[in-house]
Formats: sequence, structure tokens, C-alpha cells
Amino acid sequence: MSNAATIALAGNPNSGKTTLFNAITGARQRVGNYPGITVERKEGTINVDEMKVNVIDLPGCYSLSAYSEEELVARRVLVDERPDIVVDIVDATRLERHLYLAVQFFELGIPVLLSLNMMDEAKKQGLRIDRARLAELLGCPVVETVARSGTGKKELVETALRHARLRGGKWEPLQISYGPDLDPALAEMVEKIEAANFMTERFPARWVALKYLEADEEVMKAGKAVGDLAEELESIVSRIREHCRKTLNTLPDAIIADYRYGLINSILRQEIVVHEKTQQERIDFSSRLDSVLTNRVLGPAIMVGVLYAMFQITFTVGEIPMGWLESLFGWLGETATAIIPAGLLQSLVVSGIIDGVGGVMGFVPLIAVMFLMISFLEDSGYMARVAYMLDRVLRVFGLHGCSAMPFIVSGGIMGGCAVPGLMATRTLRSPKEKLATLLTAPFMPCGAKLPVFLLLVAAFFSENEAQMMFSITLFAWVMALLVSKLVRSTIIKGEPTPFIMELPPYRMPTLRGVLTHTWERAWQYIKKAGTVILAVSILLWAAMTFPGLPENETTGFAAERAAVMATARGEEQQQELLTGIDNREGQAALRYSVAGRIGTLFEPVSQLAGFDWRTNIALVGGFAAKEVIVATFGTAYSLGEVDPEATDSLSRRIAADPTWSKYTALALIVFVLLYSPCFVTVVTMAKESSWRWALFATGFNTVLGFVWAVAIYQVGSHFLS
Amino acid sequence: MPFSLRTLKVDERARITSIIANGEISRRLRDMGLVPGTEVKVIGRAPLKDPVALRLRDFTLTLRNNEADCIMIEKMEDTNE
Repeated sequence: MSNAATIALAGNPNSGKTTLFNAITGARQRVGNYPGITVERKEGTINVDEMKVNVIDLPGCYSLSAYSEEELVARRVLVDERPDIVVDIVDATRLERHLYLAVQFFELGIPVLLSLNMMDEAKKQGLRIDRARLAELLGCPVVETVARSGTGKKELVETALRHARLRGGKWEPLQISYGPDLDPALAEMVEKIEAANFMTERFPARWVALKYLEADEEVMKAGKAVGDLAEELESIVSRIREHCRKTLNTLPDAIIADYRYGLINSILRQEIVVHEKTQQERIDFSSRLDSVLTNRVLGPAIMVGVLYAMFQITFTVGEIPMGWLESLFGWLGETATAIIPAGLLQSLVVSGIIDGVGGVMGFVPLIAVMFLMISFLEDSGYMARVAYMLDRVLRVFGLHGCSAMPFIVSGGIMGGCAVPGLMATRTLRSPKEKLATLLTAPFMPCGAKLPVFLLLVAAFFSENEAQMMFSITLFAWVMALLVSKLVRSTIIKGEPTPFIMELPPYRMPTLRGVLTHTWERAWQYIKKAGTVILAVSILLWAAMTFPGLPENETTGFAAERAAVMATARGEEQQQELLTGIDNREGQAALRYSVAGRIGTLFEPVSQLAGFDWRTNIALVGGFAAKEVIVATFGTAYSLGEVDPEATDSLSRRIAADPTWSKYTALALIVFVLLYSPCFVTVVTMAKESSWRWALFATGFNTVLGFVWAVAIYQVGSHFLS
Repeated sequence: MPFSLRTLKVDERARITSIIANGEISRRLRDMGLVPGTEVKVIGRAPLKDPVALRLRDFTLTLRNNEADCIMIEKMEDTNE
């Protein structure tokens, strides 16, 4: 620790840990993922007296018992990266609860600094904490901080470094007595562990013994891989478990927890915390707010209002910068068209790269605003209440209270986006429910599907548009819930994950915290647009461009053009005819391309649902982004470029087409609603779960959509018309 | 006669006597501070009566009724402190 040091920040969720981390490191942060899991890893560097100090923000956890991924990660970082000191951030108003984690750090033996955070709130509640006495009893330095204002952060860093230097990297595990039933067994196990050097290079011997008694899966698995002692330890543990069950009717892990809380109580009882106000006066703001916000009648009504408002704000505010980005990419496209000579290169740059990446980047403002709102709801504590109120309903379908948000963001009230929606599943702590949510959230009618619905509804159901749009949304919810029920009772079967969750006190989120959150998530999305999405855009462009029309056909169109030019007519009429020829050439070229051939190839199958080759191309394009569907329809119906916002002419064209009926339209609506998510969503899904599940969703959803489409078309055209 | 936490009404207080659960649930309950001897007070129920919100150790926790079934309690008289 000469000129570099590592400080790890740890603490319970809602202890203000991340706020403090932001205050300490400022903008110098790096955000990544821990390998293999979606838990975020945050690091930052600061300079203190010429020394480079690396600060790691460990994921928030209640314990080190490996219940969740967060706890596993926190443990691994401490054990394998051996930071010089861990700063345990505790909420000073909830000392008893938060010291449970601290005790486990002491048992691990790593140097600890205790940071009493939210001291401002503690003072307001009339709490006085005897800091010196607490430090003495815990055997570690204690500092006071207010993360929101950054008060005390300098003292925190200095004290942490001083204490780390003092300890010189030595781990001194605290030995807690676990009573006459466990202590002898612990001693026996420690002796054996030390004699065999069993995992002692990673963990203190007593800690390993404790984890065996607690039946900690991760440690026991690692032990099995290391040596023969594992079996011996396991047999001691099963003997003790049997003994505890018989004589005490409990289990060792329960005894261990009891003694830990006992230790905390014995410390706190020594007049550490003085209440200057009575309990009655302290009935806090949060409880009063909860009596309204989670009220049986008012609660759900307010919730719907909040969600709806959030949704409205996102799309009205998000639209403004989205327009700017659109103009920017439009300008880029025009400039490129002007600079690069017409031909394949121009087409690649303009139609492939700029349009492709631009289409995806266009989502960035929407995602940013959406995350701004989500971060606000999360940091304020309201999100936990939403989960609390909706859990009972969603549980019926194998989901979790926290699944509500992803559904809504994905378009549950019509017109969201599945990409931020899937990212919002990060608030789900339970892997099974998260997976079910990931798989079903893309059914929601996102903003990009809307133009397709609007087009078809206007063409075939113009007399009751609003009811149709509402029914589509309703159908999406029904399908999402039913499919979720289906997968949760088949391929991701399993007991519901316990819903044991803290309802954190309501707090006004800090601007900085919310902005940092938003920026991190938006940036991850932008990075993706620059890599994978660029590649796929080029691929799709190629599929819709190559092979080009054979020479005899292009010369045919050229000849037609020449003929139009030669016959002297008014300039306007001439222009019109030329555009007509361009559009027909576009249609022919599209049909001749790989994408067109795929569309034609699938026609015999897709005819079952009433889709012809043109619809097929549009649907293939829709895999890139659902916005593409309407645009491709435009080309395929030889209308040239069609603005998805202004689809009148296309709508009339389709309505007049003899191959289309009401039932074709209905089948297509349902298919577009359900079939494979766009590939940005697929990439996001893979990132949040795995490529296997993402590919599964691609296939499964398409099949599901097709089955529905065929059923609607067949029943409709054979029995109802 | 022991009651489970499910039987507790809003605003009633009780002391936990034992936890009858194994594995993941019991570990989670303990990590969240629900150990024998702890005082809890039901402060509310969700609109559909489930989950339930509890106050203990100066913080608020919510759990489902079927998880509350694992927690045995003895009711406490309201001391009106």
C-alpha cells in the first residue's frame, strides 16, 4: 500500500451507499458488469496525497449468506480481490438492522471502517449516537456522513486510509461465541481446516467452518473441489444439525443468526443510541405517506395515475430530442448523398449505415427519459410500493410484483419500447420471474408496432379505431400473462421466489444520483448501437440490395424512362411518370434481392395466414426494427418511400388490394404484435439472460404469432365471410 | 397456543417465537432480521390483502402470507407507549 490503495464500499440497499460513492468519486467512474451476471460493477479513482485510491462500489446486500447474486459478488470481491479496507455504510436511523452485515465483515476479518450515514435524518429524529463508544465496542473506527450533501466524505477517506495502513493488510477475524452447542464443533472443524490448509488461502478457517454450518452452497461446492476434508466436514455438520434438531428443535444457521443479533443487541444496549424524542413523535413521514399511497382504495388509483403520467412524460418529453436526432441523421444522410457519388457505396452509407444506426440511435432520448423516470421512482422508494401492491395479481401468472414495471415500459399502456423495458427487469431479484418477464414483455404494443396497427386499422376497421387499438393492447396483456403462466409451469418451473423485501423509507432522490443512473444505462445502449447494431444494419441492407436486377431488366426500365423523356409532355406529368417507373423498379429490385427471395420462398407457408411475399419482406425487415415494416410495405407496393407517420395513401392502396381482407389485416396485426422481438430487443434480452433464451424467444414468439395468425385468417375467411 | 404471523391484524403487535421454515426462505427471513424474540407490528396490507407490511427493528419489510405462515408469534398487548 505504498502509492495505491483499494477501498470497497459496502452496505445494505437503501443505506445511501451509491450516493456516497458518487460523492466521493465524482465523475471519474467506470461501470461494467461482473463476469457472467448482470450485477453492475462500479469503480472510481481518486487521488489523495499523491496516492491513487481505487474505490469499488459493492452491490448492496443485507448479509453475506449468498442468498442473491449481489451477496455472492460482494463476497467474492472481498475474498479474491482483498481490498485494503471495506467501508460499511450504515443508515444511522436503522443501526440494529444494518449492523448485521457489519458483524459478518468482522467475522471475515477484513479491516472495516463504519460510516454512520444519514446523520442529518438521525438528528432530525432526535437520535444521538455515541460514536466513540461504538468504535470502542466494535473495535473499528466510526465516522459520520451525510451522503446527499457529501458531508464527512473527506474524513471518511482519510480515516479509511489511515486505518488500512495501521492494519497493514492483515485480516483479524472476530470470534463470536455461538454457544455450547456449536462452539465445540466449530473448534473441531477449525482445527481440521487449519491442519489441512483447507481453502485457508482464500478464507479464514473459522469462517469456512461457519459457512459449512450455515450450509452455504457456494463454499461447500468450492470445498468439494479442493479436497477430501470436505466430506469429513460435511459429516460433522450433519451430526450437529441432527443434534440441534433433536435437542433444540432448530438448525445451526438459525442459532448463528440468533447469536449475531444477540451480539448487536448487547452492544447497542450499552447506551449507544439515545432517543431524545418518544416513539410517538418519531412516527415518520414515510408511514404517513404510506397510509395514503398504499391505501386499499387510493393506492391502486394513485399508482395508475403515476404510471400513466410517467408514460406520458416520457413520450412527450422524449419526442423533442428524438426529433433533433432524426434531423441530425437526416442531415447526415443528405450530406452523404451529396458527397458520395451515386451507386452502391452511397446506398451502403445512406440506407445501410446512417439509416440503420440512426433508427436505433433515435431511441436514445426515449430510453434516457424513461430511465430518468424509473431511476426517480426507484430512488424515491415508490417502485417498491408498486411491486408490493401488484404482487398478488402477478403471482397468479408466475410473475413477481417487480414485473409490472418492465411490462408498462415495454408498451403496456400502448407505445413504449421493449429495450428499456427489458433493462428495467434488473429490479427483479429472482431469476425465474425475471426470465418469464423477459420472455413476455416484448408482446406489448411498443411504439414501433403502432404505425403498423394504425395503418391496418385505418384501412379495414376505420369505423371503430379506438376500440380496436384498445383491444390490441388488452390482447397483448392477456397473451403476456398466459404465456408467462405457460413457461412458468413448464420450462421455467419452480416455486415462486420469496417476496421478502424492504419497503425503503421515501426519500427525495438526488439529482446527481438520478442523472448518473440514467447516463450509465443510456451509454450502455449507445455502445451497443455502435457495434452489433451497425453490423446487422449492414447485413439487412445487403439482403435487400443484392443481387441487383439483371442487366436486361435495368435496361428495360432505362428504356421506359427514355421513352417518357422523349415524348414531350408537361414537366409535371413527366416527373410523375418517372417516379412511377422508379417505384416499379424499386419493387422489382426488392423482389429480386435476397430478402425478396426469402419472402417469395416463404409465400406458400405464409399464405396460410394470408400473407403474400410483400408482407413477408416487410416482416423480415421488421426484425431489424418494427418501424421498417411500414417503410418496406411502401417499397413493396411500389409507392417509393413512405413516411410511417403519414400512411394515408398506403392505407388506401392496401384497402383496395383484392388480396387483402379484414381477416388478413387482423391476422397481420396479431402476428406483428406477437412475433419475434426486433433484434435490438433480442440483443438486450441476451444481455439480460443468455443467447439461448433470446434465440428461444425469437423462435417461440414467431411460432406463437403464426399459429394465431393462421387461426384468425382461416377461421375468418372460411367460416365468417 | 401459537399463532402464525398471517393471523395478525393491521396495527397489532407480536413477538416472534419461532421460524418453521428451511432453506432459502428461512435464511432470507433471518438475514432480514426476523429471528425469535423480535417484535413486529403489522402496519398494512396490500390492496388484495397480500402481501403484508411489517415494522421491525426500525425498518419496514413486506412479505407474502404464505411466508408469514412460517413465522410463529405470540401476540402482545398494546402497551401504548
